[in-house]
Order: sequence, then structure tokens, then C-alpha cells
Amino acid sequence: MNVNNLLDVNDLEIVFSRRGRRDVRAVDKVSFSVAPGETVGLVGESGCGKSVTSLAIMGLLPKRGVRLGGSISFDGTELIGLPQDKLRRMRGRDLAMVFQDPMTSLNPVIPIGTQVTEVLVRHRGLSGDAARKEAADLLARVGIPDPARRLKEYPHQLSGGMRQRALIAMALAAKPRLLIADEPTTALDVTIQAQILELLKELVRESGTALIMITHDLGVVAGMCDSVHVMYSGRIVERAGRRELFGHPRHPYTGGLLASIPRLDQPRGERLEPIQGSPRDMLAWAEGCAFAPRCRNRVEECVGTPPALGPDRLRPEHELRCYNPLGGSND
Amino acid sequence: MSLGAAEAAITVAEEQGGGLWREAVKRLSRNPAAIIGAVLIALFVFVAIFADWLAPYTAMAPDLSQIEGPGHVPGPSAEHWLGLDDNGRDLLSRIILGARQSLLVGVVSLLFGMAGGIILGLLAGGLGGWVDSTVMRLVDMMLAIPGLLFAIGIAAMLGQGMTAVMIAIGVVNIPVFARLLRGQMLAQREADYALAAKSLGVKRSRIILGHVFPNSLTPVIVQGTLTLATAIIEAAGLAFLGLSGEDPSIPEWGRMLAESQRHLANAPQLVIAPGVAIVLAALGFTLLGEALREALDPKYRR
Repeated sequence: MNVNNLLDVNDLEIVFSRRGRRDVRAVDKVSFSVAPGETVGLVGESGCGKSVTSLAIMGLLPKRGVRLGGSISFDGTELIGLPQDKLRRMRGRDLAMVFQDPMTSLNPVIPIGTQVTEVLVRHRGLSGDAARKEAADLLARVGIPDPARRLKEYPHQLSGGMRQRALIAMALAAKPRLLIADEPTTALDVTIQAQILELLKELVRESGTALIMITHDLGVVAGMCDSVHVMYSGRIVERAGRRELFGHPRHPYTGGLLASIPRLDQPRGERLEPIQGSPRDMLAWAEGCAFAPRCRNRVEECVGTPPALGPDRLRPEHELRCYNPLGGSND
Repeated sequence: MSLGAAEAAITVAEEQGGGLWREAVKRLSRNPAAIIGAVLIALFVFVAIFADWLAPYTAMAPDLSQIEGPGHVPGPSAEHWLGLDDNGRDLLSRIILGARQSLLVGVVSLLFGMAGGIILGLLAGGLGGWVDSTVMRLVDMMLAIPGLLFAIGIAAMLGQGMTAVMIAIGVVNIPVFARLLRGQMLAQREADYALAAKSLGVKRSRIILGHVFPNSLTPVIVQGTLTLATAIIEAAGLAFLGLSGEDPSIPEWGRMLAESQRHLANAPQLVIAPGVAIVLAALGFTLLGEALREALDPKYRR
């Protein structure tokens, strides 16, 4: 653990248990850290545990039916087990979050302005005209034209992109040190996606906010993350710096994700290579590598004892959880 | 939470809901049923408010010259459009004056029931846990007793009179609103915007009162419109049973029905007139209420 880190997640475990059902281990011993101002990508397909991880960091998981293990330490404060009122004071001020769907994340019956000023009133003690003026400035900063008028409007009068901009403005209103963006562009048109990503990149650079970018889209990660953690079935299977990961993917899952993205330099007419099977074809980690049933590089030892996450001997900048990585084995 | 605060919250919610309601009004104006309902309600409210000016005669002063003998009921004539009742009183005037009673009972009992229901619903849906369980069991107990029977019991307990009728109908409607609001709030609490507000550190009380509650009010308002119709019918029912007091100077449609039963054979207009009045008033609120439900239902939107 590094004292200079803003966020240290250590051996985080999230288990959903419901009476009469088998426990579901959504996140299994996940550790990663975020330095101040750093942008970190958390990548994986639906159900791999990336969103649940972010909710756990925010303290937004329901208490009932959820067991948390390990530690989440934010600037030296342990967040797991922190009383709700303390967490509530940190949320919005120290850590904030932007959600996936801007169409439903704004309250439909309350004007945008009220929703933005609410955060300013709560965390920065502004009131009345000062809050309204600051709210207009915030909207202007996220690129919403004519902010004074927009403040009086209701969410349904704004386009999806505008709404996501407003939500980003709200999340950054109290100048948090860590922003978690959970698939912030998934619900948007492709052209708007690029704009929103550019905006996020610019804002975190200006304000020095650390960003955790949660996505299934490696394209998003490529544009902005300093380091990338790839998750599969609740565990981190590979992590590296951005260039390193994209240049030399080692885990077959990462390789599969990259191969399934269309590239401009690919010969025309060549078919994309999908990862076989679906996330449901997986092994429990106790029985081996969860990705083994879908893996092209599978070897005998993949089923039996699960591989451990460790430094990659061939490419030391990588950490890897695989017996038979792409581009040559460890041994 | 006090009654005042709940009502203040409603006004805030209604002001804030401007966009949604403007669209709903636009959709309503294209629905013939809504227009018929609105016209009936407008007529009813207009008559109720200006009853003193509209009624050609007073409620009491009998025109005994027209009565030829015991049991004789004069029919419609040029001076008395609907005829006279068996006491020589102008029927049209009594219907017009009766509208005021019906509207008063309907609105007051609705507000009473709505306020009570909203307070209970807010407690249950907002606080959850044992408060929720306690309130909902209470509501279940109230709902277990058939509505009209419940109202008769309460009205009889409070003694005869209009106030007793209003309170009785109000109390009967409390559980309906409480359950509706609670269910809606439980659903809305899981909405993305509630989670988003939580992620920004907004206080729980503020999320519940400022975000979840205003979003849960639409069905309550629709139910309110529909409840006005049943309240008017229930008020007439209680009056029919003699629970609204005996003051003959205050005409009441339900009591008029009860008093003219024995003339059903020889002067049916005495029964038909107040009956039609009750039906039209209730129909107006039902039509508008149903249309409103459709207009505000997200399934019908766009």
C-alpha cells in the first residue's frame, strides 16, 4: 500500500446473499489503487463486478443481503463500516459519481437548476443568488449554452448529451477529489460519446480530480486512462499501463476484447473475431480459471487450480492471472 | 411531519411539476371524455357557487296554493320548471341549492382523506421499517371494513350532521391514499435519480421529501379526482340513510331521494331529478379522473 494513494482498495469482497439462494460472490479479492489526479480504467463485460465495485466505494450498496470484505481506504479513511452520516458528508464533496443513464438519473419533476444548487447548498454552503450564479457557471463550464435559461428547464427539455453534461456538472459541483464514471457514455449517440469523454478528460485535468472510468468499451479506455484493470467474473485478470496493455495484451480475455473491436487499419472485409460463448459459460474461480471455458489458449492446468494474479515475468509492467498468456508463457 | 408541511410540499410539487402537467393538459384537451367531464364539473361548480343567484325560489318558502290536497304533487309548469315537491317547494331550486352541499361535502371529505392518507403514506413509504409495517397493518384493518359500512359507523358515532358525514367519508378514504402513496414511494425510492442524489451526498430527508415524494404524487392526484366522485355518491348515500341531519332548509340530494320515495309512483320527477344530479356530478369527476390517469400514464406518452 502506498501512502500517497488517494484510494486504496484492498482484497475487496462483495457477496450477495439471499435466504434460500446460493451466495453470489460478485467481487472476489479485488485490489487496486488510484493516485491523486490519476485516471484509472476498470474494464469488463456485464456482470463482471465493475459497477458493484464502484457502488461499494461510494457506500451505495444496500446493507441488507450484501456482505463486504476487505478494505477501501480513501485518503487514509476506511470507508467500509463508516457510519452513513459520515459517508453522506463525503459523498458529493470528496467522492462523486456519474451514472450510466442520463435519462433517468435526473429527477424528472424538478428543474435542473434546483438539482444543481442542491449540491452547492449542501457541500459549499452557498445560498440564493450565489448558488444560482455558481450553478450557471458550472453548466457553462460543462458546455451547456445559455445556462441561465437551462437552469429553469426540466430534464425532459434537455437532450441526452445535455443531461449527461448537467450530471457531470452536479458531480463536480463540490470539487470532489475522486470521480467515478460508471459507463457515462453507454446511453449516448456515438458522436455525443466522444464529446462527453473529451469533456470529462478536460475537466479532470483542469481540476486535478482522480477518475475511475468504468466501462466495457476498450475504446473509451484507450483515449483517457493512465492505467487499466481488466476484470472477469469478479476478479482482476490483467492490469497494466494503457500503452502497455493495448500494445501487448497478455491475457487471452484482454486479447479477445481487443480483437472484437473494428480497427481502421484492418484489411477490408476481414471478419471481427468475437470471444466465444457468453459470460455465463464460466467456471467458479475455486475450480480453475473462470475464463477457461471460453479461452482459446486453454491448457490443462487451467482447470483445477485457479491462477494467481502476479507480476508477469516476460513483461514486468503487467500483472497477470493466466497460465498460458498470449505471446509466450511465463515459464 | 405536520399537516401544514405536507400541504406545503404538495403545492411545491405542483408548481415544480409544471412541464409534466402542461403536457398532460394538452393531451386532455384532445380527449372528448375529458372535455365532457370538465364541462360537467364546471357546470356543477358554477351552480354550487352561484346557487343563491341561480335558484328561482328559496329552499323553504312553499307555494301552497298549488297543492290541491294531501299527497298531491304538482308537476312541471311555467313558473316551476321541475314542479313542486309534496310540501309545495320548488324542486329546481332545491336541486340547485343541493349542489352546494354535495360539492362542499365532496371537497372537504376528499381533502381530509387525502391529507390523512398522504401523512400516513409519507411515514410508511419514507421511513420504512417498523413504521411502515405498523402503518400498513392499520391501513389493512381500515380497508377490511366495507367502505360505506365504515362511513355509516363513523357518522353514527359522531352524531348526525354534515360535519359527521364529511369526517366519515374522509376517514374511509385515508387508507386508499396511504397505500397508493406508499407503494409509489417505494418504487420511486429505487429510481436512478434517487441513487444519483444519494451519490451526491443529499440528505435522506431531502431525497424523500424533495425528490421521491413529488415524483409519487401523480397517481394520488388522479385518485383524488376519482375519489371526489365516490365521495359525492357516498355523501348522498349517508344522507339517504338520514345521517346528514334533518335541517330542511339545507337541501341535500340524498335526503331529497329518501323523502320522495313514497311518490315514486305518482311523481317520479321528485326522485329522478336528484338522482340525475348525483349521477352527472359523479360522472363528471369520473370521466376527468380517468382521462387524467391516461394523460399522465407514461405508457400512453409519446
